[in-house]
Amino acid sequence: MTVENPMAGPTSGRLTRTDVERLLTPDPGPSLLVATSLRRRVVDRLARVAMVLAFAVALAPLVWILGTVIAKGGHLLLQQDWWSETQRGITSRRVGGGALHAITGTLLQAAVTAAISLPLGVLTAVYLVEYPRTRVSRAVSFMVDILTGVPSIVAALFVYALWVTTFGLQRVAFAVSLSLVLLMVPVVVRSTEEMLRLVPMDLREASDALGVPRWRTVVSVVLPTALSGIITGALLGLARVMGETAPLLILGPYTKQLATDLFGGPMATLPTMINQDRTEALQPAVDRVWAAALTLVLLVLVLNVVGRLVSRRHRVAT
Amino acid sequence: MTTTVTPSAGAAPVETFHGRGRDRWADRLFRGTATGAGLVVVAVVCLVGAFLVVRAVPALAQNHANFLTSRVFEVDGGTLRFGIADLLWTTLVSSVLALTIAVPLAVGVALFLTQYAPPRLAGPAAAVIDLLAAVPSIVYGLWAVKVLMPYVRDDVQDPLSRALGWIPLFSDVGISSGTVLLVSIVLAIMILPIITALSREVFARTPRAHREAALALGATRWETVRTTVLPFGRGGVVAASMLGLGRALGETVAVMIVLSTLAPGAAWSFSLLNGGETFASRIANNAAEFDSPEKTGAFIAAGLVLFVLTFVVNAIARLVVERQARRGTA
Repeated sequence: MTVENPMAGPTSGRLTRTDVERLLTPDPGPSLLVATSLRRRVVDRLARVAMVLAFAVALAPLVWILGTVIAKGGHLLLQQDWWSETQRGITSRRVGGGALHAITGTLLQAAVTAAISLPLGVLTAVYLVEYPRTRVSRAVSFMVDILTGVPSIVAALFVYALWVTTFGLQRVAFAVSLSLVLLMVPVVVRSTEEMLRLVPMDLREASDALGVPRWRTVVSVVLPTALSGIITGALLGLARVMGETAPLLILGPYTKQLATDLFGGPMATLPTMINQDRTEALQPAVDRVWAAALTLVLLVLVLNVVGRLVSRRHRVAT
Repeated sequence: MTTTVTPSAGAAPVETFHGRGRDRWADRLFRGTATGAGLVVVAVVCLVGAFLVVRAVPALAQNHANFLTSRVFEVDGGTLRFGIADLLWTTLVSSVLALTIAVPLAVGVALFLTQYAPPRLAGPAAAVIDLLAAVPSIVYGLWAVKVLMPYVRDDVQDPLSRALGWIPLFSDVGISSGTVLLVSIVLAIMILPIITALSREVFARTPRAHREAALALGATRWETVRTTVLPFGRGGVVAASMLGLGRALGETVAVMIVLSTLAPGAAWSFSLLNGGETFASRIANNAAEFDSPEKTGAFIAAGLVLFVLTFVVNAIARLVVERQARRGTA
């Protein structure tokens, strides 16, 4: 059977090449698809090379940065002092001391931030997923998106305006944590939300059918099923928060000694330890800056990798 | 007979769950708590805006210069004179240039990960790109200023100003280290993983039938991408770019470390090889000087503009995503 009029469309008989070309390109002008075969192959090959190159270019900074911090700061991390000593009494000229004060401060502030952000974020996600969509919940969802985009410096300025200017309080670690909460909550909400949506409806319906009240369904059925997603969100959120420096510049002055008081006096952190000495030219100080950078990178990368592994291992079966 | 429950339970099914009234009360409490958490989020965002406005207004009222068009930023001494013209220019130019560098690269990487890489490699490769987002910005700044800077200066900036110096955008203004161009490159690296991750997601959602149809028609891999994956993902890429732009606008520490600040009264220049300050880096650079409310107010006013800027950009991103989603389900 032959087709008299190829432009009459697929209903007229066999599908011809012109037909399918028209399907692909609504405007039947000169297109790559009708160019010579050689040219098409060359373009295809070039595109493939371009994609691989793009990936290589994107990968280069990561390798370069990791290589730099390991090469310049790695040797200090192998010394036990780095993990057990502070910088108390150590000047830029002197070798020695450690980062115990900064590591303690970073972990402490992160823990306080998580303690506030996790309940707030998980409950917000529960509100968004487990209860019917209303105008209020749409507003909440929108605001979570906006919060995701709030620059850390703006979050810090807000806490400054609230904590220092309005309440007349000092710049302390707790104020830093408050501004970090603003940055961590949206991460927790989004990853928890995503996981809650993956929890099969059957589980909720089965629980409902047994007459279990909604709140107990959420607490003992839905949340445990989505636990891995919540943990991932918490770890990724923590990773983001630990590397933040802007709020520390505004709200968290540096000190060379160990401090654990959240409400009084300065507290050292890894980012401020880097910032403190980053313009130093003396080698002992320069080494410590890179070592602090490596410590921070390791901390953040470990949290990230663990977070991703948790979410991979315990995918909710759907 | 529709139920097979034991007679004792069947006698009073409602009473099986003792404390039903208490449960209903607990239910209401739980729902209230969850709603409250959501409302706290709304309240916080509103408070951020409100507090910035309240603290910025007194400073703006005492401002003796035009806030939008003036280039001076004098907050020491008796009278306040501050404007954001310089800050706005540097912020926008560095972010837009960063976006121009990052978007094509991110789209290429996302296409590589979803369309070209063998499935076994794609997962780990994507995870590695995501790790780029995990590197703290202060480490980016440190690396850029101590390691990357000489290369950009000798291999990009100098040839550029020699060859194209007659264009105002590339004229040499005597800044050799921390230029807007270098900052844009660093920002591009920093926003690349964000744009890649979101683009990857939309590209992966391209209907299988579309791709298979193109392949069945004899399209090459690239033609398949060009005619099915890219048109399908365009909205997603736009939204991802807006989110990346929002991140670049607000990036603080890397910009603060890298960008050379200019002396007050430095001549205006359109050049990308100039130094300067963005909103965020100006605030961070002066964080130690927040002592009087008026002085702080001037910086808070700058922060407010940044907040509005990122708010608008993120809201646009969200609108694009929502429109995409509606089109997808329709």
